[in-house]
Amino acid sequence: MKNSLDENKPIFLQIKEQLEDSIIDGSIKTGERVPSTNEFAAYYKINPATAAKGINELVAEDILFKRRGVGMFVTEDAKEILIEKRKKIFYENYMLPLKIEAKKLHIEVSELMEMVKRED
Amino acid sequence: MKIEVKNLSKKYAHNFALNNVSFSLDEPKIYGLLGRNGAGKTTFMDILSGQILASEGEILINGKNPFDNQQLTESICLIKEGHNFKKDLKVKNVLKIYSYFYPNWDQKRAETLIKAYNLNPNSKIKTLSKGMESALGITVGLASKAPITIFDEPYIGLDAPSRKKFYEIMLEEYQEEKRTIIFSTHLIDEVSLLFEEVLILREGSLVLQEESDVLRENTIAVSGQEDEVEEFLKGKEVIQKKQFAGTVTAYLYGTKEEAKMHGLHVEGVPIQELMIYLTEGKKGA
Repeated sequence: MKNSLDENKPIFLQIKEQLEDSIIDGSIKTGERVPSTNEFAAYYKINPATAAKGINELVAEDILFKRRGVGMFVTEDAKEILIEKRKKIFYENYMLPLKIEAKKLHIEVSELMEMVKRED
Repeated sequence: MKIEVKNLSKKYAHNFALNNVSFSLDEPKIYGLLGRNGAGKTTFMDILSGQILASEGEILINGKNPFDNQQLTESICLIKEGHNFKKDLKVKNVLKIYSYFYPNWDQKRAETLIKAYNLNPNSKIKTLSKGMESALGITVGLASKAPITIFDEPYIGLDAPSRKKFYEIMLEEYQEEKRTIIFSTHLIDEVSLLFEEVLILREGSLVLQEESDVLRENTIAVSGQEDEVEEFLKGKEVIQKKQFAGTVTAYLYGTKEEAKMHGLHVEGVPIQELMIYLTEGKKGA
């Protein structure tokens, strides 16, 4: 989890994405409890309704499920669903800006491909 | 409690402090009331708390006018930037008086805060520093547990750690029990994450009422070459435009995705900046 939030971006979205990242990279595992709305609110000093919005969207997407009186937990399929979802937006988030910058710098597609294959 | 503001105006001599303002605050939320000096924020809060009368229009709280209505005013606590308490009273007297007035008064909370802020219960108000007096104001506001709690720039002279403590406890209180908190401040960057909804006043008029996350999502700063930016701006409501070194930056309502598709550089706009651009270039200190 990040230590502070970005003022330029919807806060609920950042809460959501941070939870997604933690699930994808395995720092929060299947079946584990995630921080509650109040815990998020207290940690980042944000409005609890905003934190709740991020968490509720993950419930709607079957990433989290609620256990009454206990909290929110990571579902069985969470990681798989998230990786699929992230793959879909990979082009938009990473390839598109890459292409735009490459065009600005007059980097040819073949040159770009070489860079992708290069072992660092 | 539901707050309805209907065609509210307040005139001082020939100047309108508020000019035909209408909006409603339907739910208990933390509201940020923003605007430059002289925008009408304090006048609005004074009318809301039943301390002064409107020139025209009205504010209704659950359908009733708060002026001279004790049943309502015991549900409203307004803490201003100073002069909240009589100078000759002691800190403990102030707490006592307010505890009689507010039915939901939380004595334990008051005592914890007094300790946390190092306030001596036996000190007289006139011997307190500005920061100390602010700390007492904050204590009263939070401990009142009034369903409508209004903070009008409540922390003159209060240092950063004390302000942080205030935000923490306000959140804690709000989580325990939701209430309407109206918060007016110039230190927007410090508190904007706490706001669920934001209202911006300019020269006595309401220019904006919106959920803060919707604002963060839908206000953008796009930049690029002049002709590209101008093309993108066609038919859109532009808040502010700047030009520097062949690049034009425009602030407007729109989505990041749309701007990206046009190949423009796009960033979000923090609420503090949005407030500045919405109210810039007009009268005000």
